[in-house]
Amino acid sequence: MAAKQSTVLDARAFDRTLRRIADEIVELNNGTDDLVIVGIQRRGVQLAARIVSTISEREKANVPQGALDITLYRDDLQTVGPRPVVGQTQIPVDIDGRVVVIVDDVLYTGRTVRAALDELADFGRPRRVALAVLIDRGGRELPIQPDIVGKTISAEPSQRVDVLVEELDGKNGVVIAERETST
Amino acid sequence: MTLSLGKDLLGLEPLSGEQIRLILDTAEPFKEISERAIKKVPTLRGATIVNLFFEASTRTRVSFEFAEKRLSADTVNVAASGSSVSKGETLVDTARNLEAMRIDMVVIRHGASGAAQFLAERIESNVINAGDGTHEHPTQGLLDMLTLRDRFGTLEGIKVCIVGDVLHSRVARSNIWGLRKMGAEVGVCGPRSLLPTAIEELGVTVFDRVEAAIEWADALNILRLQLERMTAGYIPSLREYNRVFGVSRERLERAPHELLILHPGPMNRGVEIDSDVADGPFSVILDQVTNGVAVRMAVLYLLSGGRPELAEAAKTSGAATPTKGKRSSDE
Repeated sequence: MAAKQSTVLDARAFDRTLRRIADEIVELNNGTDDLVIVGIQRRGVQLAARIVSTISEREKANVPQGALDITLYRDDLQTVGPRPVVGQTQIPVDIDGRVVVIVDDVLYTGRTVRAALDELADFGRPRRVALAVLIDRGGRELPIQPDIVGKTISAEPSQRVDVLVEELDGKNGVVIAERETST
Repeated sequence: MTLSLGKDLLGLEPLSGEQIRLILDTAEPFKEISERAIKKVPTLRGATIVNLFFEASTRTRVSFEFAEKRLSADTVNVAASGSSVSKGETLVDTARNLEAMRIDMVVIRHGASGAAQFLAERIESNVINAGDGTHEHPTQGLLDMLTLRDRFGTLEGIKVCIVGDVLHSRVARSNIWGLRKMGAEVGVCGPRSLLPTAIEELGVTVFDRVEAAIEWADALNILRLQLERMTAGYIPSLREYNRVFGVSRERLERAPHELLILHPGPMNRGVEIDSDVADGPFSVILDQVTNGVAVRMAVLYLLSGGRPELAEAAKTSGAATPTKGKRSSDE
């Protein structure tokens, strides 16, 4: 079934947006000191890697990069049926007193970010935690707001917003499509 | 269709290769949790788990308890001595009484082969076999396989020889069934009095001499020689057992290649394994213990999801179910 889909960001706009997010992160932190960038599994990790490499290019600084898998912190584990696949969490540095920027692909209900904040707290007490997302699609169910946004769109609950990254999907970009109706 | 383990983990014999791989793959990310400053995730918050140990165990019980606590479950330990079991209560009555207190899972170690299955068929809680008689010890088999896979990168085609008292060993059976399903070659080596008759029918190669086993294998899984076997007449003496079947540095040095050394513990140093082998550079005995916690966390996590009725309820209330293997990016 070929679902109707439209492009939110093409490959060039995708690159441009991530570079701007990288700049805004450095601005928010007033430089790169104490900065740690943490991507949420899965596609947040690839976005975080691009942001880190942009920062290292422009600022000539190495920013530590981590990954969070929030599966074990989900609030719907009692009801989802078969266990979701658990990915790798890796926080390479002590985050106490540092500025942690969480990177995710799409901000929707805010439940993933809630879980990420809880998980991060088990690793230490950062001086500040900020949230950078490529797409904010609205529809929050929790009082959570991003600090840095690539693009804000308004999507219906019946639609899905997919971020594509070269490593996993063969190309970069963001598309919006109707959800496949489950039978 | 998403893969699941069903309600219980009773052994590795009933599992498919895919199910075993699911457990091993799930154990990978769980290793990291035990390295954190706060070694705890909220996944099984509110779940109550009873560790029902009718036989002595330190390593397995402690490992299960750590796994349960690191997943935030509430745990209760019941040992046979000092409980109503010693007053003559039957296994089912004990379990039903515990279940009446609203528990979610039972981890059971019992001296009778088949005890875990017997229980699983009679109670609603998830049952995990932590060793039943001489039948199976599935989580030990899984942690052995995880340790082997860590070192060799794969289980496909590797040669593992189990050395010692295969006859009385539930560890041996779980290893044989698990490793064979994952494509490994399995050998057994020991005195004929301690090998089951017709063991070849399980698809294993039998070695009568430990030197031949060492020459063949990539890894040795050395079983504990239970000392009471000597008085029962299975072997003439511990010294002779050590002389003929003991794994010593001299024997390993004569091998054409290096061998990985596993032992499920507790060890009898100087009987089935010499100290310089147990503490040597190719010993992964302590890695096995570390991996044991991760494997048990994975099993608890996977079994706790075997509640199709909850999934159905969630579906009818309109909540979206995630697609297999990947969190859709906007959920």
